[in-house]
Amino acid sequence: MSKPKLAIYWAAGCGGCDIAILDIEARILDVAAAFDLALWPCAADFKRKDVAALPDGDIALCLFNGAIRTAENVEMARLLRARSATLVAFGACAAAGGIPGLANQFGRDELLARVYRETPSTDNPAGTVPGPRTAVPEGTLELPALEERVRALGDVVAVDYTIPGCPPQPARIWAVLETIVRGGPLPPKGSVLGAGEKTCCEECPRRREEKRIRRFVRPHEIVPDPERCLLDQGLVCLGPATRSGCGALCPAAGAPCRGCYGPPPGTRDQGAKMISALASIVDSQDPAEVEAILAGIADPVGTFHRFGFASSLVRGVRP
Amino acid sequence: MTFEPRIVGFLCNWCSYSGADLAGVSRIPSAPNLRAIRVMCTGRVDPTFVLRAFELGADGVLISGCHPGDCHYAEGNYKAMRRVALLQAVLKGAGVDPARLRIEWVSASEGEKFARVVNEFTARVRALGPLKAAAEPVAAAAD
Repeated sequence: MSKPKLAIYWAAGCGGCDIAILDIEARILDVAAAFDLALWPCAADFKRKDVAALPDGDIALCLFNGAIRTAENVEMARLLRARSATLVAFGACAAAGGIPGLANQFGRDELLARVYRETPSTDNPAGTVPGPRTAVPEGTLELPALEERVRALGDVVAVDYTIPGCPPQPARIWAVLETIVRGGPLPPKGSVLGAGEKTCCEECPRRREEKRIRRFVRPHEIVPDPERCLLDQGLVCLGPATRSGCGALCPAAGAPCRGCYGPPPGTRDQGAKMISALASIVDSQDPAEVEAILAGIADPVGTFHRFGFASSLVRGVRP
Repeated sequence: MTFEPRIVGFLCNWCSYSGADLAGVSRIPSAPNLRAIRVMCTGRVDPTFVLRAFELGADGVLISGCHPGDCHYAEGNYKAMRRVALLQAVLKGAGVDPARLRIEWVSASEGEKFARVVNEFTARVRALGPLKAAAEPVAAAAD
């Protein structure tokens, strides 16, 4: 009897999600025993045509990581959606646009101009900019076109489940895979898998006190107290606005939470929730002083919407 | 056709909503562009509400509450003031003029000020133009 098929795909992402899957270590052999691989560009030599040749719905499980940045990403998302019975947005980029989504603060032409013409380190006298078609003496070369904006996987095709995280934690990945391998019941479609139902703070071992912030600091400016809540110490920690599931790895190690597990249940916009929480604990009632304290937050968009800008409410606000 | 901005106003129950009422019963003309939403306190205005209003087609959002020191709940208006400062920074990052979001203090006795604030803000947003180039129909909210 043939085994159910597994596909793992890497779109606009850094590859960390693929590494996180391998970080389940020897249990990858259990995955190999339970599934036949249909596609895994990072680890096996299947091509697009191999997937295209399969009947629709033939892939039992597809873990799709990376955001949608190029026409190729769109095409593969549509193909894998059609061929997969269950499609999982795997990791922060597929779930919400991730770090690549921060590029949505600018349009495509602005991005290309900045990267290929304007940065101080650019040396491009011919003004070469990558485009979908380039004429060379041998003929025309084609590249997948850059989309105007970065999108989450769910903005392009229907997604069955989301496994958040940058990257998802291996123990959580294994817990999900094990459930699927055992044929265990999964929650209703649309659910978030491999994460908790509370906030990162619930898993954080640090001691919380009454929060009163007079000054924000950046991680390189202080050596944080090992016991106290990082937010209490003036570090912008996104724990209060981030879904639990990672085990509060970053704050436990002294680094503020960056919010990679996305918003907690019931929250539409992670950044808006963090703004709400932070504004409540700034200890000043004087507008000028408030402005000075808040100016200590470098890069508000990249701080509050670091992993979710492409799918945040702000996305819909932008003209 | 001239552009008529759509403005959502979150007005606190204790001061600004009464101020708006006073402007009305005093028959002080004010721009009809404001869609008033009464909230118990400006401190109840979740930043999500503001972003959602813009997403659903508002060209400007006005938050108006009790003067500093006068909040019925002691410090809700200060929280709102700090939220607006952060929201403006995020709006700016997203390419939206932060002047589209304004916070004002209008007491229950300041009907005249309420009308002035609404008129000034409406004029300002009208000058900024529509937030979205083409008004698209917005799908019903899933949440």
